Amino acid sequence: MASGQERILRRRIKSVQSTKKITKAMELISASRIVKAQQRVAAARPYSEQITAVIGNLAAAGAGLSSPLLQQRDVVRTVAYVVITSDRGLAGAYNSNVIRSAERAVRAAQAEGKETRLVVIGKKAEKYFRFRKMPLEASWQGMTDTPTYEDARKVATFVTEKFVSGEYDQVELIYTQFLSLGTQRVVNRRFMPLESTAIEAAAAGPSADYEFEPDPGLILERLLPRYAEARLFAALLDASASEHAARQRAMKSATDNAEELITKLSRVMNRARQDAITTEIMEIISGAESLAQGEGGPEDLLVDHVGATEYFDKMHRPHAHPHTAGAPS
Amino acid sequence: MALNVELVSPERILWSGEAEMVVARTTDGDIAFLTGHAPFIGALGIGAVVIEEPGGKQTKIAVHGGFVEVSQNRVTILSDVAELATDIDVARARKAKESAEAAFRAEPNPENDAALRRANLRLELAA
Repeated sequence: MASGQERILRRRIKSVQSTKKITKAMELISASRIVKAQQRVAAARPYSEQITAVIGNLAAAGAGLSSPLLQQRDVVRTVAYVVITSDRGLAGAYNSNVIRSAERAVRAAQAEGKETRLVVIGKKAEKYFRFRKMPLEASWQGMTDTPTYEDARKVATFVTEKFVSGEYDQVELIYTQFLSLGTQRVVNRRFMPLESTAIEAAAAGPSADYEFEPDPGLILERLLPRYAEARLFAALLDASASEHAARQRAMKSATDNAEELITKLSRVMNRARQDAITTEIMEIISGAESLAQGEGGPEDLLVDHVGATEYFDKMHRPHAHPHTAGAPS
Repeated sequence: MALNVELVSPERILWSGEAEMVVARTTDGDIAFLTGHAPFIGALGIGAVVIEEPGGKQTKIAVHGGFVEVSQNRVTILSDVAELATDIDVARARKAKESAEAAFRAEPNPENDAALRRANLRLELAA
């Protein structure tokens, strides 16, 4: 019985150990990918900074911020939410945080009597909303691990078209912002109409007398969609870095858990083994003891004795002596 | 004093350094920037950007649309799709051109036209 328990425990320890190996590997992979994702975030920064600066200069030159992408609608009837989650799980609460925040935002908007639309990026959000029978406007997958600019452009083009055509009056971006290795936060940012505060701030700076080719309005018209793409790209990169960080943390705690479990199980297993050994020893000792007790005892010699007596009896059959009857039984 | 040039794509800085001269193609035509150029903002078409470094070394870059900003001897080129000429794979570029040509012949819309011009530019720079 005891050794059976030991075997079961040994098997469990082995399975926990192999799980630990996997989680450890994932932890290490995620750690290296965070670094890469952070580098990508840093590499994308010059472009978005420059593009903001150029827009600021255009605005300062009086390009007129009359582009439809900048126009705040008087009545907001339809709000679209762009939700960025990951394709893969095993990242702790990373996805559920984003999804929960998105759901809360959707409900709040609906309570105000607005129509809501969902544009999701990542398999996790798609699954969640599909399961709840919430209609999706569009869904993209396979871009959150290492987002490319091309990915951002696809999404931005889709959303921009819908916004310009008037189908959406407002677009919100829900994603996880990467603050530091230890801190990531789900944020809900307005994506469209494009926030003009950053542009106005840039425009407020000292401006040179620029020459334009073609005229500022036309340049701005071409620049704003790129600006939208760059913002979405930045959000995707941030989300990707956050995903890897969340996964690394989740895998680290899984590895720690496995280690703890292994220690606990080994302890239980050792006790079981000890018990088994103790029982075995007890059995051997008691066996030996009973042997020792019987050594030279009459029971052990009973058969010999009886045989001998019978033989003896047979030998002396003609004149049987009474002393045989007195032999020990 | 030389120009301070930065060619930035959304994913990384493609090229940065000092240059004597930068030639770019705006939507209205080619324009060259030398030291002391007046502040300028322009939209770039599909065309080559040529950067001439102080030693006379030329770097060619295929820029498929973008923007250029010049102020105080700083030239910033923003492009969402740009490739250094040395990065272009000739075989792939040729194949891309063939498929672009086929697409344009089948359906001569502005999109396919742009694709064809991009393919031509790449091949031209790579050669």
